[in-house]
Amino acid sequence: MIDGFIALYIFMLAAFVGHEIIGRVPSILHTPLMSGSNFVHGIVLVGAMVALGRADTTMELVIGFIGVFLGAGNAVGGYVVTERMLEMFKSSKEKSS
Amino acid sequence: MSEFVSMRSVIEASYFIAAILFIFGLKRMSSPVTARGGIIWAGAGMVVATLVTFLYPGMGNYALMMVAIFIGGVLAWVSGKKVAMTDMPQMIALYNGMGGGAAAAIAAVELLGGEDHGLVFGTLAVLGGMIGAVSFSGSLIAFAKLQGLMRSTFRFGGQQLLNILLLAATVGLAGIIVFQHGDINLIVVFFLLALILGVTMTLPIGGADMPVVISLYNALTGLAVAFEGFVLQNAAMIIAGTVVGAAGTLLTQLMATAMNRSLANVLFSRFGDEVGEASDIAGSMKPIEAPDVGVMMAFADKVLIVPGYGMAVAQAQHKVWELAQLLISRGVDVKFAIHPVAGRMPGHMNVLLAEAGVPYDIIYDQDEINAEFATADVALVIGANDVVNPAARTDPASPIYGMPILNADHAKNVIVIKRGQGVGFSGIENALFFLDQTRMLYGDGQAMASQLIQEVKSI
Repeated sequence: MIDGFIALYIFMLAAFVGHEIIGRVPSILHTPLMSGSNFVHGIVLVGAMVALGRADTTMELVIGFIGVFLGAGNAVGGYVVTERMLEMFKSSKEKSS
Repeated sequence: MSEFVSMRSVIEASYFIAAILFIFGLKRMSSPVTARGGIIWAGAGMVVATLVTFLYPGMGNYALMMVAIFIGGVLAWVSGKKVAMTDMPQMIALYNGMGGGAAAAIAAVELLGGEDHGLVFGTLAVLGGMIGAVSFSGSLIAFAKLQGLMRSTFRFGGQQLLNILLLAATVGLAGIIVFQHGDINLIVVFFLLALILGVTMTLPIGGADMPVVISLYNALTGLAVAFEGFVLQNAAMIIAGTVVGAAGTLLTQLMATAMNRSLANVLFSRFGDEVGEASDIAGSMKPIEAPDVGVMMAFADKVLIVPGYGMAVAQAQHKVWELAQLLISRGVDVKFAIHPVAGRMPGHMNVLLAEAGVPYDIIYDQDEINAEFATADVALVIGANDVVNPAARTDPASPIYGMPILNADHAKNVIVIKRGQGVGFSGIENALFFLDQTRMLYGDGQAMASQLIQEVKSI
């Protein structure tokens, strides 16, 4: 069980990690990094799967289905666009042309 | 029972690994050298977490689940592969909105289930649902605006008051739902109000400020995911969501600072409302022809190129890089100077240049390059306007006064490639264009760059 203060500790430490990771990032990477973090919260797909998996009534099923659909879009779309952007970052040494 | 427990351990261990992969992936993404590997790490984490979730105990509806994942995944894959680099910001907004919507859907299913989550987790479920719904509808509006589906900004008197009332009503309803479990009507009204709030919050914000807003919604979605993670007792969601929430908040602040605005200013004021009469600019714009510019650059020691979004719109970045390569091969020291808000969001211009093949080690940030303009023979401004307007330094009446700018006016010669004499995006006259050392090269960015290439080649 993640409960009470344990929950608070996880929240606090994770927030600190997020802050530290971005702290000294050059602005050239702001857009890809925003896109990358956008991909990471695509983990919501996992929660949506659990919600749909436990749904009983028609209304819950419909909403759960939409949730999984949206979550999958977030995860897959976020990955594709981030990968496309980062793939283009090359230094002049790596380039032969 | 023991099998159940060990299944639980496998799932928890996999989520733990996924969380580690996310954090290290994001860390690697924060340096251009390792960035490419970073997204692959994070992607591996996502695959692990998704696959292991199928083993979750007490679940059904697997067929529906697979269909939803398939449709959502394929649509996102195809649209993500197809989108042009210039349209990247709105695509990020769209995917982010989907994440927010998914978080809201989780909250809705949990709340409709009527199970008592207790005061703390019940509150988190409702709050996460509200934030997710706001992020969903708000991101869709941001997408529509940047995509050009919605041109105007809707503003009317009392708009702020309406938003505050809507917010108060939504929060009030949230409070009731925490204590009244499973009342369908209340829950439906609550989510409708939250969705409307997202729309009315985003409508009055202008296109230029949209990137900051998208970044804010990105952080909010992260927070909503973390809250729903607490409700579902899902460690991967809590950690990933919180990390994104914190990182996104910081990123939002960095972007707002780069645009010389505070976050509150972006959200609640209207850009250009309090514009004073900007001082009149003395002098005139002096035109120049491409052959002269070609000679000037070919025999220069140092050329700094200042690209703006206009260059990307003209699809001129490939030609500009070709020109730069030509100059480099003649021994000219060529560097690209990037303002933090060149392009549509911080770093967007770097992506566009990278797409054209410009290596990142000749692309410089404002802080790194500004001192070098004084020693540059030519500053070539292409498609940029406000970010090189010296009025930001000198004219307190100018709406952009105080914004950090690139010191293009310090260069010995300034060449501005521009379509015509009109003012830029913000509608502000640019003092740089009237300086003695400035010459205007009128024409389409791509056509002019091609012409310059021919001129330099013919020397």
